[in-house]
Amino acid sequence: MSRFNGVDFYEIDSLLTPDEIAIRDSVRTWVEDRFLPLIEHAYDEAYFPREIIPEVAEMGLLGASLPEKYGCAGVSATAYGLAMQELERGDSGLRSFASVQGSLVMYPIYAYGSEEQRMKYLPRLAKAELIGCFGLTEPDHGSDPAGMTTRAVRVDGGFRLNGAKMWITNGTVSDIAVVWAKLKDEASGKERIRGFIVDCKAKGFSAPEQKRKHSLRASVTSELILQDVFVPEADLLPGVEGLKGPLGCLTQARFGIAFGVVGSAMACFHSATEYAKSRIMFGKPIGQFQLVQAKLAVMLTEITKAQLLCVQLGRIKERGNLQPAQVSLAKRNNCEIALQIAREARDVLGANGITSEYPVMRHMCNLESVYTYEGTHNIHTLVLGETITGLPAYR
Amino acid sequence: MLQLVCIKQVANTETRIKVAADGTTLDPSGVTWVLNVYDEFAVEEALRLKEALGAGEVVLASVGGAGVTTTLRNALAMGADRAVHLKTDDPAPDGLQVARALSALVTELQPGLVWMGKQAVDDDASAVGPMVAEMCGMPCVTVVCKAAIEGGVARLEREIEGGRELVEVPLPAVLTADKGLNEPRHASLKGIMAAKKKPIDERPAALGAPGLERLALELPPPRAAGRIVGEGVAAVPALVQALRDEAKVL
Ligand SMILES: Cc1cc2nc3c(=O)[nH]c(=O)nc-3n(C[C@H](O)[C@H](O)[C@H](O)COP(=O)(O)OP(=O)(O)OC[C@H]3O[C@@H](n4cnc5c(N)ncnc54)[C@H](O)[C@@H]3O)c2cc1C
Repeated sequence: MSRFNGVDFYEIDSLLTPDEIAIRDSVRTWVEDRFLPLIEHAYDEAYFPREIIPEVAEMGLLGASLPEKYGCAGVSATAYGLAMQELERGDSGLRSFASVQGSLVMYPIYAYGSEEQRMKYLPRLAKAELIGCFGLTEPDHGSDPAGMTTRAVRVDGGFRLNGAKMWITNGTVSDIAVVWAKLKDEASGKERIRGFIVDCKAKGFSAPEQKRKHSLRASVTSELILQDVFVPEADLLPGVEGLKGPLGCLTQARFGIAFGVVGSAMACFHSATEYAKSRIMFGKPIGQFQLVQAKLAVMLTEITKAQLLCVQLGRIKERGNLQPAQVSLAKRNNCEIALQIAREARDVLGANGITSEYPVMRHMCNLESVYTYEGTHNIHTLVLGETITGLPAYR
Repeated sequence: MLQLVCIKQVANTETRIKVAADGTTLDPSGVTWVLNVYDEFAVEEALRLKEALGAGEVVLASVGGAGVTTTLRNALAMGADRAVHLKTDDPAPDGLQVARALSALVTELQPGLVWMGKQAVDDDASAVGPMVAEMCGMPCVTVVCKAAIEGGVARLEREIEGGRELVEVPLPAVLTADKGLNEPRHASLKGIMAAKKKPIDERPAALGAPGLERLALELPPPRAAGRIVGEGVAAVPALVQALRDEAKVL
């Protein structure tokens, strides 16, 4: 099989700066040299290859777009996205690890935290001396997080948290958890969603792993159980109240996903193309049959369109004009086409497509989760629907 | 100690090479350019030595056209301190010319060590290292696969036919790196961002007159299509015969 060189049918590199290209290429070779040799075994045995974490940090992949002041690389939004693309070309579990740490743990501390909180946590999170997770979803509140039942009450010197979160990436391996819970506002008596930095070693906190997944097997997914967990005043995120707190983080993470899944799609397209050129059936390469060519042509077209969406999304973000609905459009589209490409690629590989000899079915199964988490496909459709009509259709 | 690492930008070995209209140079269109792989070992070794010493400077030098900047930046991203770009429009200066330009720089910078790759994977000439050493009156050790540098002396191992040769040379010296010397690092995101701000000193390369004239560059003849002589055990005699009579490998 020829080496993976990404896909660039539309001279997309000409839209990138030299350092963006250098970052993408360096992450690509790192994934190739260091991560791909580990992934099939990890996926089979259902564990995240944690031995790779120090290198992920060393490469600067955690919170890469945050400022240097906090120990981060300070790369452009587009460079960050391209790094996510390469990580996800390795495995969605790897990209999820980096997304959660960077966009869902470091970002809220950066955006909503005090300067003391930033200095205390961000450099250590960037170095992976601390691992974090993000607890928003609950067993009974997925697409509608506003309905959450996890609650915080004020006590002497801080807060006491009770509740349960579910489907939390990195939960079991985390040192800190950014937990979103409802807190009664003393003045108005109204409940407001607030973010708390919870020490995972705190009394009453546990994070049992959710096993037996058929998707994202090389990623840790956990429940978070909070029973009278004390959180000191200093670990409340002061800068945000309400659902816009967690949603602001999700916008960052979804931005990375929009790029990331293009990596999965490229990996599947690459496998399918190589396979189609070498697999002989009825006396010729299957790539010579029109039906197979049609699949490959659609894959290339959709990848190219998705890439263009991503580059422009990155540029809008760099200009500071990014609207969450623009991210929804890219997340929705790119997850959908990546999943379709993975399924079609699996088909092109025939029986071989179901084995771990090829990355295709692994990506396909992963993408089922990516399609659902960070706002399901339906929910992003409703976001766009509301943006177009001004009429919300969520409930 | 200042270490000078001389690096070359070459066509990616997976590129489908085309010969340019002049018949003697590479057609640059559609080529992706990369750092010569043996030079990567050289850069890495210089960086490791600097890190071990906790002091010193790693300076990169490259002879070539404007496009070489990208490769210099990529190598700076690995951690080198600064670079000198010896500019020329000549797409393929010969080894002697490159050695001349580099040795002028060596004379100027007075490095304790000059590193290079053992060869460039494009023209495979392996000429520049020894030539620079000769011009600068320095010892030269080629094809280094292990290096220990201490107190002005380099103890080196070279891969030779059937074994390893151990040599010792006083510094300053020119060393050319082989595969196996180390495992080059991947440039980190921080390294790439830092490289943008590192100085690249651009100046004309003092190439002088060429020492050889390249008459022609030709691609190897295309390989003839394969032939299936039969299937299963029954095909063995025909295969053996073809290997003996046609391929003449038996
Ligand atoms: C592997 C994995 C990792 C995850 N990691 C995290 C994490 O780190 N942190 C975290 O907080 N969460 C995480 N999640 C949770 C994820 O964000 C939720 O699964 C997601 O938001 C969907 O919620 P749900 O599963 O409860 O589905 P539901 O909300 O129950 O939705 C089920 C179906 O109903 C549809 N639906 C729901 N409402 C509507 C509507 N109004 N109109 C039309 N259709 C609708 C949905 O689109 C979906 O198809 C993770 C999930 C997975 C699978």
